Amino acid sequence: MLTVHHLSVRFGRTVVLNDVNFSVERGRALAILGPNAAGKTVLFRALIGAIPYEGTVRWGTDARIGYVPQKLDLERDVPITGVDFLRARAAVERSRTRTRSRRDREASVWRALDLVGVPRAAAFQPIGILSGGQFQRLLVAFALVGDPNVLLLDEPTAGVDEPGQERLNELVRRLQQEQGLTVLFISHELSVVYRYATDVLCLGRGRVCLGPPQSVLTPALLHEMYGTPVDYHVHDH
Amino acid sequence: MTTEGLALSVSMAVAAGLVGCFAVMRRMTLAGDALSHVALPGIGVALALHVHPVFGAAAMLFFGALLVWALEERTRLATETTIGVVFSAALAIGSMLTKGDDLIEALFGAPGSIGRSEIVFGIVAAAVVIAFVALARNRLIVALVSPDVARTAGIDVRRLDLLYLQTFALSIALGLRYLGVLLMGALIIIPAATAKRVARDLTSMLTAAVAVAVTSTLFGSYLAASLHRDSGPLIVAVAAACFLVSAVLPGRV
Repeated sequence: MLTVHHLSVRFGRTVVLNDVNFSVERGRALAILGPNAAGKTVLFRALIGAIPYEGTVRWGTDARIGYVPQKLDLERDVPITGVDFLRARAAVERSRTRTRSRRDREASVWRALDLVGVPRAAAFQPIGILSGGQFQRLLVAFALVGDPNVLLLDEPTAGVDEPGQERLNELVRRLQQEQGLTVLFISHELSVVYRYATDVLCLGRGRVCLGPPQSVLTPALLHEMYGTPVDYHVHDH
Repeated sequence: MTTEGLALSVSMAVAAGLVGCFAVMRRMTLAGDALSHVALPGIGVALALHVHPVFGAAAMLFFGALLVWALEERTRLATETTIGVVFSAALAIGSMLTKGDDLIEALFGAPGSIGRSEIVFGIVAAAVVIAFVALARNRLIVALVSPDVARTAGIDVRRLDLLYLQTFALSIALGLRYLGVLLMGALIIIPAATAKRVARDLTSMLTAAVAVAVTSTLFGSYLAASLHRDSGPLIVAVAAACFLVSAVLPGRV
């Protein structure tokens, strides 16, 4: 689904990503791990072609990317409701690929809202009124309306309460395992990475590692990556 | 006012209200203001060359939109700063090139008698602006949420930005004759700012902005006729009064 060769990103003289290589097969869940300023978000932005980079990024020919950004550069007091946003997204999708009827588009909006568990009453509120967690789930719904087969999630559960996190993580897992979506997600939480990732890519401190979580995430590596001992233990299931 | 004049001012107001909503939401009110001042040197040059001032203004606005678009590449702070410089410079150069009554007319408008060709140009231009907002509305909203997400949805964000700025510039050119450079910027921004205060979804915002812009234009023109004053300042004064009312109102509709 995705092959990345010798990917490097520079901002001026600062090298943010240096020679990153990895590939993701269809239906896998790749966790991207690394300390702050390791270039995780930058990697995502390079993958979607939003910033210039060196090297190659090759997506599968049928890739439809749903991107859930971490932060929005948007005033929260705009008089726009969640439904306004989702309808706009559904309409754009239609004009790009195939003609979907208005009813189809409406259905895709409600389906996405139900999947992420945002109540309809909340979706009709201006987005500034939504809680952080609801807003985050709305962003995931926004990505789902485009009917993606790849999801890029940049810390999707940041600012979401505990039950909401659980629900979002389970949703993503279900999409990946039952509908065969390919998932790339950035996370700080090792427990989440262990539970949901089939592969891990770590960035930071000059080294890149890749592999299944159990073999990659050794205490020594975590110590090296984050600079401080990380307290965790592995369950054997 | 003649029927044709009425049709022209109403279509101008509709276009201004619609374009303004996205300007307010995109936090580009300052950029819009700067852009309107860019028309001034164009008017000066056109007058010196004995060309119709609207053509000089339109040409400069086209160039100004390209300039603001190119400047948006840089950081937000730098853009705001540079735009501040651009618009002061445009004002200075414009006032050097344009003298006396012509300058006052360019700044505040001078309705007077309007030729048929000007009315046709105005109505066609307003139709273009309205059609752009109707067609690009969804793309503009998605790009507003997140340019990155818009890219993954196959939207060419840079091109959309440029088209939007050109539409904004065209709206300014539309109102030059009636309202002048200073006041047309106000007719774009004030109704949208009022609508943002009172509306709670996109459709009601667009509707409210159009309603405020059209009401201000009609009521301002009526006041001007009965008080024997210029219409431009009264139109903007009515719009500003609407904004003040919305600002003291407790909530959204």
